[in-house]
Order: sequence, then structure tokens, then C-alpha cells
Amino acid sequence: METVPKLGNNVPPKKDKLQGKKKKPRRYWEEETTQTAAGASPGPPRKRKRNRELRPQKPKNTHSTKKSRISKKPQVPKKPRERRSPGPQRSLSGAQDPFTGPAPVPVEVVQKFCRIDKSKKLPRSETKIRSRLEAAEAQEEEISVKAARSELLLAEEPGFLEGEDGEDTAKICQADIVEAVDIASAAKHFDLNLRQFGPYRLNYSRTGRHLAFGGRRGHVAALDWVTKKLMCEINVMEAVRDIRFLHSEALLAVAQNRWLHIYDNQGIELHCIRRCDRITQLEFLPFHFLLATASETGFLTYLDVSVGKIVAALNARAGRLNIMTQNPYNAVIHLGHSNGTVSLWSPAMKEPLAKILCHRGGVRAVAVDSTGTHMATSGLDHQLKIFDLRGTFQPLSARTLPQGAGHLAFSQRGLLAAGMGDVVNIWAGQGKASPPSLEQPYLTHRLSGHVHGLQFCPFEDVLGVGHSGGITSMLVPGAAEPNFDGLESNPYRSRKQRQEWEVKALLEKVPAELICLDPRALAEVDVISLEQEEKERLERLVRSRPPRARAFLTPTSCPHHVLRSAVPCLGSLFQVSLLSPPSGLRSRHQASLPAKAKAEGPQLYSKSGEEEEEGHG
Amino acid sequence: MSSSRAAESLLALNQQEELEDLPREYPLSTSEDEGDSDGERKHQKLLEAISSLDGKNRWKLAERSEASLKVSEFSVSSEGSGEKLVLSDLLEPVKTSSSLAAVKKQLNRVKSKKTVELPLHREEIERARTPLEQEIFNLLHKNKQPVTDPLLTPMEKASLKAMSLEEVKMRRAELQRARALQSYYEARARREKKIKSKKYHKLLKKGKAKQALKEFEKLRKVNPAAALEELEKLEKARMMERMSLKHQNSGKWAKSKAVMAKYDLEARQAMQEQLARNKELMQKIQAASESAEEEGGAEEEGEPFVPDVVNEVQVKADTPNPWMFRNHSGDTKEAEVQGDPEELAEPAAQEAPESEEEGPVVAEEILLKEFKERRSLRQKSRLNQIAKPVGSQEAKDLSSQEVLSELRALSQKLNRESHQSRKQELSSTRTVLAVQREEPAGEEEEPLLLQRPERARTLDELEELGKKGCFQNKELPRVAVEGQQLERNPSNHLGVPKEKKRKEQMIDLQNLLTTKSPSMKSLAVPTTVEELEDEERDQRQMIKEAFAGDDVIRDFLKEKREAVEASKPKDVDLTLPGWGEWGGVGLKPSAKKRRRFLVKAPEGPPRKDKNLPNVILNEKRNIHAVAHQVRMLPYPFTHHQQFERTIQTPIGSTWNTQRSFQKLTMPKVVTKPGHIIKPIKAEDVGYRSSSRSDLSVVQRNPKRLSIRHKKQLKKISVD
Repeated sequence: METVPKLGNNVPPKKDKLQGKKKKPRRYWEEETTQTAAGASPGPPRKRKRNRELRPQKPKNTHSTKKSRISKKPQVPKKPRERRSPGPQRSLSGAQDPFTGPAPVPVEVVQKFCRIDKSKKLPRSETKIRSRLEAAEAQEEEISVKAARSELLLAEEPGFLEGEDGEDTAKICQADIVEAVDIASAAKHFDLNLRQFGPYRLNYSRTGRHLAFGGRRGHVAALDWVTKKLMCEINVMEAVRDIRFLHSEALLAVAQNRWLHIYDNQGIELHCIRRCDRITQLEFLPFHFLLATASETGFLTYLDVSVGKIVAALNARAGRLNIMTQNPYNAVIHLGHSNGTVSLWSPAMKEPLAKILCHRGGVRAVAVDSTGTHMATSGLDHQLKIFDLRGTFQPLSARTLPQGAGHLAFSQRGLLAAGMGDVVNIWAGQGKASPPSLEQPYLTHRLSGHVHGLQFCPFEDVLGVGHSGGITSMLVPGAAEPNFDGLESNPYRSRKQRQEWEVKALLEKVPAELICLDPRALAEVDVISLEQEEKERLERLVRSRPPRARAFLTPTSCPHHVLRSAVPCLGSLFQVSLLSPPSGLRSRHQASLPAKAKAEGPQLYSKSGEEEEEGHG
Repeated sequence: MSSSRAAESLLALNQQEELEDLPREYPLSTSEDEGDSDGERKHQKLLEAISSLDGKNRWKLAERSEASLKVSEFSVSSEGSGEKLVLSDLLEPVKTSSSLAAVKKQLNRVKSKKTVELPLHREEIERARTPLEQEIFNLLHKNKQPVTDPLLTPMEKASLKAMSLEEVKMRRAELQRARALQSYYEARARREKKIKSKKYHKLLKKGKAKQALKEFEKLRKVNPAAALEELEKLEKARMMERMSLKHQNSGKWAKSKAVMAKYDLEARQAMQEQLARNKELMQKIQAASESAEEEGGAEEEGEPFVPDVVNEVQVKADTPNPWMFRNHSGDTKEAEVQGDPEELAEPAAQEAPESEEEGPVVAEEILLKEFKERRSLRQKSRLNQIAKPVGSQEAKDLSSQEVLSELRALSQKLNRESHQSRKQELSSTRTVLAVQREEPAGEEEEPLLLQRPERARTLDELEELGKKGCFQNKELPRVAVEGQQLERNPSNHLGVPKEKKRKEQMIDLQNLLTTKSPSMKSLAVPTTVEELEDEERDQRQMIKEAFAGDDVIRDFLKEKREAVEASKPKDVDLTLPGWGEWGGVGLKPSAKKRRRFLVKAPEGPPRKDKNLPNVILNEKRNIHAVAHQVRMLPYPFTHHQQFERTIQTPIGSTWNTQRSFQKLTMPKVVTKPGHIIKPIKAEDVGYRSSSRSDLSVVQRNPKRLSIRHKKQLKKISVD
């Protein structure tokens, strides 16, 4: 913090002064006087405009900005005082503003939007770099404060079911909930009795408005489940293994007995993809437009639905694949295997990114929560485990269930639903990012058939369960995110809006090869190739020099950090030498180098740089 | 040391027993029966093999007395007869029906009558009449040319009949193998025959006796008639004894011993033993009465149900080499003998009839071992009941069924002993563990790794057992666990740090997968109450769960080890064989030279999953993603972390508010549309004139002229 003013003094003194000068004209109570001053200064009009835009940023340059922007309780009174000090406390009308300046923002909310990882210690840096870093940090803070301010717009608040004085919420049955809630919400609980066409798989569209389900015996239907308006209903006359909406509700992928078929919302078959055969599970990665399919033959295939190409077909080498789920955070596909392992896949790699041994028996179900931090698995050993996916892959909690869970699903706010036979259990955690505690179930519900598919509806407190007796839509208070992003997934969007969104989403499509375990790693410098390139550059440099100078320029002779600091110097050296007239400088420089190299190795480059400067003088 | 060895082997044995028998599901009696038949078959095979050793009756045909040993009304099997069952055999009637006989006769009559004159008979054609013909035929016969059937020559036929090359090879390999095996057996038999140790022979005899008794018991169950025959043999032995008085201290050896007896305790003992033997042999043997059998059956039925899974594969995996197994078991046997001198003194009944059996009995011994283990486990499972059978034994003794009952007592004693030793070990883990601690010091890392999961598994089993209430004292398993930890710690302290780390890893993994998670009893109130009713079933289920995938951990560890090996940088061997020394086939460059030219690969960075036992992380780079990453540091930055920090804030509209997005993406220079931007001149900046190169720089980015550049420019211009 103390470095900041010093920095301002050292590096861009002019800027600071300029700003100091421009600060004055901007005060509206001093408008006349400053304008006269501004007339003298040759500042172009557009510059002033920019400055006006930047205005909120200005106090950042003073070192107390953080405190003033973010309200830590003790700091709140401090801020207005500071405000008061620079300018007189007057307004045109003479009345005093009791709340001067922007409203304070709570720290926790701001912290949520801060993305610069300050845990890593930086090497000591020069003032120029330090100023850059400062600027970046200031920018981040400003942005995060703005984002935190806009949280105000999220009107809805999440809530949970709470039992009266220690009442077990698991004892509250659906009928009670339905009775208690308003009509609109009560209409969200319904049962579809479809006993004829076997156990059902179901899928909600990304907006949470549409529901598609497919029965084992070929019954496929899609409907707007809120209004209960049927979009299409067909029988494909073939076993249906899985069903999934593509990026919008207009397209529907159905894994049938033989091949993968794609239907539109009228039930018209658009494609039959024969390269994906004997599919057991489907998963759609919305930001990559990839349809991941797991097949009986043991292949994990990625199909790019925007161009209709198979991006990758990976052989998992683990027999039949019938457990698959995606990590919504990083789009990594998790496959469960019969040897108790869960493997993590990306289309860019032929081998799994990671393999985790989860159970002693085979894995029966896998689910990953929306933040990508927790993974729930259940195995043949009747255990339900929750794993931490942030690097360690260790189980956080485990529980033995009498029957073992055959299906698992996470809700947007981190509730975990497990289907065990014909019973659905739901566990809740403390908050959004906390793992669900498996001590006490939050809700339980018994169905009329065995569970075959589970999914929480996005943006609605509803859990859809497909079972052998049809479809059940359960009310689960507190399951979904209450606020939706109208630009991203708007449940109430019109057709035009959807088309618009589709185009934008396609333009923002993420390449498939960027899928990796830690997506933030993409924002890092590729150190290996950086080092190699530097090495090569240095070698080239050495080769271009006469052998006498080469002796000390070999890349092995000095450690890496020296090299790194040296390279820019050399670069500038070359530039300068190009600029300078062909005097005897270069030869002089060379002549002086070897003697010094013998004396002190690492300091060589900085010395030479200085010399260069001197040479110019 | 030997005693500690014995204890170890005992422990191992017990563990093995548990491994085998615990997960078994079937009721016990059936499993035993299965074992019987299987064992018998094996035994038969072995006997054949042995009998074929002395070349006289090498190819003894299997005697067939019945269609099958097993006669069942539900299925047909040809087991035991050594023949294949053919469907047509079954379809044929037992006797040809007599009703068709008349028709047959008629048919024969019709056939025999020659109604039509055939052209010439074949043989008549072939017969050579003239000398020329004879000559020709001779020639043809000599060359084996076809005379009548011109399709294929005999040579061709032979070649057709001959086996293919592969077949021949296979056959040869088989024969070779058989020969080799035979030679092994022979060598072994010869070696064993030469052994002079009396103790060994004594033990051998005893083992045989036991074996014979076992067989007898089996026989009693399967075939009472045969058992009776056996008993008759016994009777015969008794008669012989009565006639010869062989064991009445009347022989040469006995007399010599009698001289010594006064001073030598052993001699006295030996004499007494002989006398006891005589007594046994002289005792009258009654045929096994029905009541005894019933008793036996009741005992079997009365035993508590122990779920056990036939873990045949595992047994095989554990002891792939029967020879080694044999040695091992021999050790344990010895240990037992040493442990209980009384048992040694105990007379082995029925030695005479068994003495005719010869040759090594490896297979039998293995079977016997398995049997004993199973039995001992059963015994263990009803610890409280053990005392009772002992009491009943004496009663049986009184009821003059010495042979059988004694035998049973013997085996039980054995089992009891083993069990006791086990208990001892559990309760006083310290001592045994101290013994064990000595062992791993000598061992390599590999066996340790392999051993670990097994041991943990047995611990699990113990826990399960404890839950079942078989062990009265529930602390036992816990003690065992603690003991393990105790053992672990000192060994860790002693061992190399590297090994220690490995071990910890293993333990971690074990803990990870075997930790008891709280079970969900208070699940849905209306849901799964009926599931928990049957406690026994629940427990069985738990055991099954515990053994759901035993080899999962081992497989995973193996996979991980392979992955680690694959990711390690390889050493480069630059040795040129024959360079600077003699080279050629069979000559290898010297070790020194190899060492000199072996370029050791640099140790890579530590793996990310080094401390995560249940995870294999892929260390390969994602080249496609790398193509999108930054690989050059922009100017002022000297370290990549500095630069990374400046680009960590996302600038897309997805992550930002509209205003901040606009601000972040605002261009550096904003010009109004239609506004003409004139190229800058040196005069504009305040310079009169300069070299061309300077101008170009300035024009390229006039905005970004740094102070330094300006300074330089100024200097140049001044110059």
C-alpha cells in the first residue's frame, strides 16, 4: 500500500500531474475557474470525455480506495471523512447530503467476484511491472464492485423447508407441501401415469421450461411442462436408452436401441447418426455444443452438433459404459466403471485426465454439482460418497445406504437426490458451495415404480423422476437457483429471443480442445514452451556471434531467472544498436564483454545494458 | 526363531482359511460333498499317475464298475467312469426289442438270396490271371498305386490323415510336458525314499493315516459298502497282529530298546508306544453303526450357518505353485507338532491299512489342508461349543468307535490348537508382531505391497466376525487393528523413509475404501423398514459387500504403478557393443562400460498424485489447449506469474456488468467517424529533422512513445 504513492512519484509523474490538473476543472462548483484553466491547456475534447468516464476510477489512485469502496464495518465512518476532506461540504442548494458518494458494498459479495489469485507469491518486480500489477488489481476491484452492486437486481431469495421446533423435514410428504404452497407452485407437482411403456428417462431443457422423456419401450414425448402443453409424442418402435435436449428445446437427441437419432420438437426425425451406435447414455455440453455419448462397445464419442462432426471417439477400455455424467464447471465427462473407478475425460486427450478409485464394488451412479467442487458416487458396496474434486479427489463424507443408490442428481443449489429402488431421498447442505450433509435426509418420497431417471429442473424447485410407472414431478423447496440470467437461459423467452440467443451462443462456442480439468489454467502462460523458446532464441543469438563471445553466452552457463531478465535487455540492446549510427560502439562492447564475464557471470547482462545506455550518452 | 516362524505360518494359515471360507454362501454339508467328489477325482488321478511310475502297468485302464459314480434322476453325468457320455447311448434301448427280431430275420433272408446276377465281382476283376497281368499288378502294388479306386493314392491319403504342423507341435509339447512332470515325480519319489530321518517318516505315516481316515469317512458317506470293506481290512490287520505279535516288544529292535530302556527315557517311551500300538491293533473294531452316522449328521446340521464363498480362484492366485504350498503346509505341520508334544504321543490309529499307500501325496495334502481349514473355521465360529464335543468324544471312545472318534478328536485338537494359537496371537499381538517385524525387514517392497491389502482384508473379516458375535470378546478385532498399527509404527521407524511413504499410501487407500460409514438406519420413515428386519440376512449382505470386489484395490494399485512407470523418463543407453573391445554373439559389453555410457534421465518433477493413493492423474500435456495459451511474455514482465496476474480478470460480457464490459473493451484510441487523421510530422512533435529510421518508429505508434524513446530522440536530434 505504501508503495503506491512512491510509484506514482517515480514512474508516471506526468500523468499524475495531469490528472491532478484535470481533477480541478471537473468539480462542478468550480466549473468557471477551471474552464479558463482548461482553455490554456491543449487537452483535446475527447480526452476530457474519457476522463469523465473514468471518473469513478480516480479515487483508486489514492491508496485508501479499497477501504472506501468496500464497507468493512469499522471503515465505514472513515470513508465519508476522507471524502469530506478534499472538497468543501456544499451543494448548490446549500443542503448537506447525508450519504455522500456511492453506496457501500459488502465485502463478501465483492470477494465473490474477485478473480485474481493472490495466494501465489510474486518475485520481486521492477516499478514498471509493479505499476501494471497495481493497475490490474485496481481494475479488478472496480469491476467486482460493480458486479457486487448489480447483485441488488437479483430479487428472489432462496429458502428451505424448515420443520417446526425440531420436526424432521423428511417426514413432510409431498401432499403437505402441495397443500401449503400457492396454486401456481402446487401445479408443478404432478404424476404422469405411463405404465405401458416401461421405465422412463427424462431431461429438462437448459431453461427449465421443457421436459422430454423417453420410455424404455419406445415412447418419446416432449412438452412444456409448466403449461403442460405437449410439443410432440411419438413411439420410435425401438428401445429408448436415453433422451436429451440439445442446446435448445427445438432439438432432441434420443439414444435408441441401435443408433442415435435426432428429432425436432415436432417429432420429426432429422438425423440418424450411425457412427454412434448402441448408445447407453447421453450428455450435452452446452457451451461446447458437444453431445457426449457413452456406448455399450466402450467408446466415449463426442459429437459436435453445430457442425455435425464427431470430434473425438475415445476408447475407455473398461467394458460397457453405462454411467456417465458431466461436470458443469469444466465440461469434463465422468464415467463410472465396474471396477469401482470413476474416470474423467476430455475430448482432447486419448487417456483419462484422472482416474479415481471410489468404491470396492462397481460404480452405480455419479453426479457432479454445478460448482464442480463435489462429486457424489454410489457403488455396489451400497455406499454413497461425496468427493472433493478440487485437486485432492478425496472423499469428504460417506454413508452406507440399505439399498444403495442407483441414480444420483445434484440440484443447482447443491441438493443431492438419490434414487434407491422406488424411493427418492434428498439431502441438503448448508449453502450453495457446501457439500450436502448425509446425516439426515431433507426430503423423501416414495414412487409408484422403480427410479430410472432423476434430474432437478433448472430454475424451478422441482425434481423430475422418471420411473417404471411414468414421470413424477416432485416439489423440493430450495433446490434451484431462484434468479435466472435472462440473456443466458430465459425460461420465458420467445421464439425470436431463442433464435437470437442461438446465434450468440454459436458465436461464443468454446472449442472442444479447451476442455481440461482446470479451465483457469488456460489463462496461464505456457511455461514450458516459453522457456524453450527463450532457450532457442538465446541459442540463435549465440550462434550469430563470433566464437569469442560465445563462451559465456551458452545457455547452460547461467541460470534461468537470469536469462529471463536478460532477454529483454538484449532485445532493447539490439533495437538501440539499430537506431544508433554505425560507430565503433559494437566492437567496443564486445571487447569489453569477455573480461567482465570472467569476473561476474550473472551480472553481465545488466552491466552491458548500462554500458549501452552510457554509450548513447 | 523357529517358533516364531511357526507362529507366522500358523497365522498365514488362519488367514487363508478365513479368506476362503468366510464368504461362502452355501450350506456347509453340500460344500463338503462337493469337495469330496472333487478330491476323490483328484486323488484318483494322482494315484494313476503314481502307479504309472513303475513302468510295469503303465497303461492301466480305468476300471469301470458303474455307469457313473453319481446317479441322479435329474441329470446324467459320466463322472468317474472316465468316458464321455454320448447321446446315442442314452437314446438306445437297453435291449433290442424282440418284436423286431422276426422282421430282421426276414430281411436277412432276403439279403442272402441272390436274385440278380451281378456283372463281375470286384475281387474277380482284381485277380490277375495272366503273367503279364500279374507283373503289372505287382508293379502297381509295389508302388502302392491305386488299383481300383483311382481317387487318391495311399500316400496321399496318409498325408491327408497326418496331423498338421501345429497339431504335431502341440502334441509334442504335451508329451514333453508329461515326460518332464513324470521325471519330476520320479525324482521326487526317489529323493523321498532316500530320506533317512525317522521323524520325517513318522510324520509321513501319520499324515497318510490321517488321510486314510479322511478317505474312510468320505467313503462312509458315499459308499457304506466300501467302508465296510475297509473295516474288514482293519479286521484283517487285527488278525495279523494277533497272529504275528509284531508289536509286542518281541522284535529285534524292541529287544535292543529293552536293554536301553532302563537308562534312556526315549527308548522307554518308544517301547510304550509300540505296546500301545499293539493294543490298538488288537482292539476289536465294530462296524460303524447307524447311530454314529446319525450323530455325525446331526453334528453337521447343528453347526451354525457360516456364509462362505468358494473362492477357488483366489486360492489359486495365492498359491500358484503347489510345491511351495506343500512346503509351507509342511512347515505349519511341523510347527504344530512341536507345539503339542502330546499329540505326537497320541497313537495314530489305522496305520496298517494305510501303509500300503505309497508315493507322494501332494494333491491330497492340499485337499486335506483345505478341508482342515474349512473345518477349523467352523470350529472357530462356535468357540463356545468346542468344549462340548471334546466331552462327547470321550463318550464315543467308550462306545468303542476308537478309530473314527480318535481321528475326529485329533483333527479337532489340531484345529483347536491352531485356533488357540491364533487367539493368543490376537490377544498378545505385541509378541507376534515383534516376530512379524523381523520378517519384513528382509523382504522387499514388492511382497509388502501385495501383502497389505490381504491383511487389511482379514482384518475386515475379523470385524465382520466380531459383529456376528462369534467371538465373545468383541475387543479382539480392535486389538488386532491396534496391533497392526503398533507394528506399522515401529517398522516405519526402522524402515527406509521411502518405504515408509509407500506404506502410508497403502494404508491410506485401505482406510479410504474400508472405513465404516454410518449406515442409514433412519432413512425414510415410510420407506425401507422392511429391509432391516432380517438381521442375519443383513449381516450376510454386509459380508458380501465387504467382499464385493476384493481385487479392486490391487488392480488399481497395479494400474497406478504402471502409469507411474510409464511416465518416468527413460534412461538412454549409448553403449556400442564391440566398440573398443571384442564383440560378437554372446559377448556383452562390460558393466563398467555400460555404466559409463548410460545417460541417466533427469528426475522429473514429482507426480501430482504422489500423495493421493486413490487417484491416477494424467501427466500428459494437452497440446491442443496449449496452442491457445500465451507463450511469450510481453515487454515489461520478467516473470510469467506477474503477467498472469494482469490477465486473470475476465473481460467478457458473460462475467461482467454491461458498463464494466464496455470499459474493459474500450479501444485505446477513439476517433470520430469521418475525422481525418493526418500523418504526424517531426515538426509536430517539436523536432526540426532527424534520420529516417527515427521517423518510422514515431509514425508507427505515436501515442506510445515512451519517455525513454523521446529522450533518445532528443539526444539524437541534439547530436
